Amino acid sequence: MDFDLADEQHDFVRSLRSFVDDVIRPRAEAWDESHELPLEAVEQMASLGLFGLPFPERYGGSGADFLTLCLAIEEIARVDSSLAITLEAAVSLGAMPIYLFGTEEQKSRWLPPLAAGEALAGFGLTEPGGGSDAGATRTSARLADGHWLINGSKSFITNSGTAITSFVTVTAVTGTRDGDKEISAFIVPTGTAGFQVGKDYRKMGWWHSDTHELSFSDCRVPEDHLLGSKGEGFRNFLRILDDGRIAIAALAVGLAQGCLDESLRYASDRTAFGRPIGSFQGLQFKLADMAMKVELARGAYYRASWLKQQGRPYRKEACMAKLFASESAVDVARDAVQIHGGYGYIEEFPVCRHFRDSKILEIGEGTSEIMRVLIARELGLTGS
Amino acid sequence: MNIAVCVKHVPDPNLPMEMDGTRLKRAGVQGVLDPGDEFGVEAALQIKEGHGADVTLVSMGPEASSEALRRGLSMGADRAILVSDGALEGADALATARVLQRAIERTKPDLVVAAVESTDGYTGTMPAALAQFMGWPQVTFATQVEIKDRTLRAHRQTTTGYHVVECELPVMITVTAGINEPRYASFKGIMAAKKKPLERLALADLGLSAVDVRPAQEIVELSKAEEHRSGQVIVDEGEAAGRVAAFLREAKVI
Ligand SMILES: Cc1cc2nc3c(=O)[nH]c(=O)nc-3n(C[C@H](O)[C@H](O)[C@H](O)COP(=O)(O)OP(=O)(O)OC[C@H]3O[C@@H](n4cnc5c(N)ncnc54)[C@H](O)[C@@H]3O)c2cc1C
Repeated sequence: MDFDLADEQHDFVRSLRSFVDDVIRPRAEAWDESHELPLEAVEQMASLGLFGLPFPERYGGSGADFLTLCLAIEEIARVDSSLAITLEAAVSLGAMPIYLFGTEEQKSRWLPPLAAGEALAGFGLTEPGGGSDAGATRTSARLADGHWLINGSKSFITNSGTAITSFVTVTAVTGTRDGDKEISAFIVPTGTAGFQVGKDYRKMGWWHSDTHELSFSDCRVPEDHLLGSKGEGFRNFLRILDDGRIAIAALAVGLAQGCLDESLRYASDRTAFGRPIGSFQGLQFKLADMAMKVELARGAYYRASWLKQQGRPYRKEACMAKLFASESAVDVARDAVQIHGGYGYIEEFPVCRHFRDSKILEIGEGTSEIMRVLIARELGLTGS
Repeated sequence: MNIAVCVKHVPDPNLPMEMDGTRLKRAGVQGVLDPGDEFGVEAALQIKEGHGADVTLVSMGPEASSEALRRGLSMGADRAILVSDGALEGADALATARVLQRAIERTKPDLVVAAVESTDGYTGTMPAALAQFMGWPQVTFATQVEIKDRTLRAHRQTTTGYHVVECELPVMITVTAGINEPRYASFKGIMAAKKKPLERLALADLGLSAVDVRPAQEIVELSKAEEHRSGQVIVDEGEAAGRVAAFLREAKVI
């Protein structure tokens, strides 16, 4: 057994850490206040090749493994969750479906700009009527004279409305099969007639990540914009979500680590009753628990990535990693605010932003309840 | 064009420094590519990107220095040379310059780049000694460099501004921290670095022996620098401007 990262992963994390400290940390708060995805940050992240990490070099990627992508997401999330989710969604929701399910033609057309970070793509699954129950999809697509006619709407779609968004992959019902809805996926380029991007949501956190509601009314895309085989949409996005969950776990670990680091520093600087507050056992116990959660969550996502890379089943482990890491992140962020006292409630202190940014981790890419449903199913339990 | 860049592996300056007698403790301490050298590597890479050049990193130090070289290679340098030899332990700046000169000559350079000083020793004398051994002119404290045909044009930092200096190649330059923004190594760069040549040499490979690198200087004693005194706060009660002016006059600033 070997718990060490490979040399190149280790070197990469170090390089990335200086990048995050020098370039992102000083600006994270101002970017958040702007409530807009800072394209200059995307550009700088792109110059490090982050958006193409897990893709082969022939598509402009770096040929890294999936764990390396997760390590990058973790590093950025220590300081800036909005940028971390921008990267996570861009790679594992935006580009990955094209890479995994696209034809060679689709890959060579759409992938290189995404891998270079010159363009972003979104993945539209959730609808106003429901996200957890993906089978309840109401958006429909019908083939008519060489074009797909798409109608319906999608909610909360990350990276769907930036100035560099090139397309959104949307799931839609294309008929019925054995009495069930048959779901397929489509590439809908930005600017297609009938494809409307709604205004940005006012969110609790992730203020400088880009999230929009989308609507499609008689939106026509060429027949070759079908992504993957017709009727494979459901199976394909389950695969996408399994991977996405490991990446969200990495993001949660980064956020929690950031909170722990800030709290350790604060606990040794701040005094009360003539002693550093970190010398009170009441806070030491909190910090010990926080550190434990961070490390266990990290171990969980490392292992899920490893199983995936070994080609072994990993759904249960991916769900457990996502569930444990996201709930830990919320706990750790809440305790970090507590350790900071009143200052934890003030935006100048990063833990305030981390706390706001943490809650979504228990909701996006499958809620905590859905994670438990899936884990129970993997345990062989039925009925849920 | 061939460019050689001197780089050094130093204890991470972000960690507290520890002494080992009259020397800096290095064993078991996390080392990094000297942050000052990153500017030299970046300067060379920018020249390479503008004109095409082969960039060789040259370092003298224990085997752990290969880590600093690998870092520079992952930024984009083409090859590296590491001179390691038990006889070099405790080498002073003069001995270092002699060794680096021999190693650098093998690369047939047109330009040699170094930082003004290292972040651990801070003697700032090695580059001058190296230029002397090479028999080359040196342009120090460069804050901007440009190469046209075979002429280097540099801005040289002075206390009040800068000089613009021109010099024919070959030349040795030292660069300041302000010269550029060193790039961060990408994953691709890190992977590429693994396949780049890193040549390891001992003293004998350079035609030198232990006597040639015997330290000419001895550090007799070390003491802590006096901490900066905290500033003086002048509270404005109507006459602050006059008091600030008086303070500056006293300090002979105005
Ligand atoms: C900022 C942000 C970004 C997002 N980005 C994207 C994106 O890029 N693409 C995308 O497709 N979606 C995205 N989403 C949507 C997100 O994935 C969904 O919000 C999430 O899956 C939950 O769906 P829902 O909001 O419809 O809640 P619902 O499904 O309506 O759930 C409501 C509650 O009921 C619970 N519940 C539902 N079913 C069960 C059950 N069987 N057992 C127990 N409890 C259950 C849920 O856990 C939850 O607590 C994003 C959301 C946000 C807020």
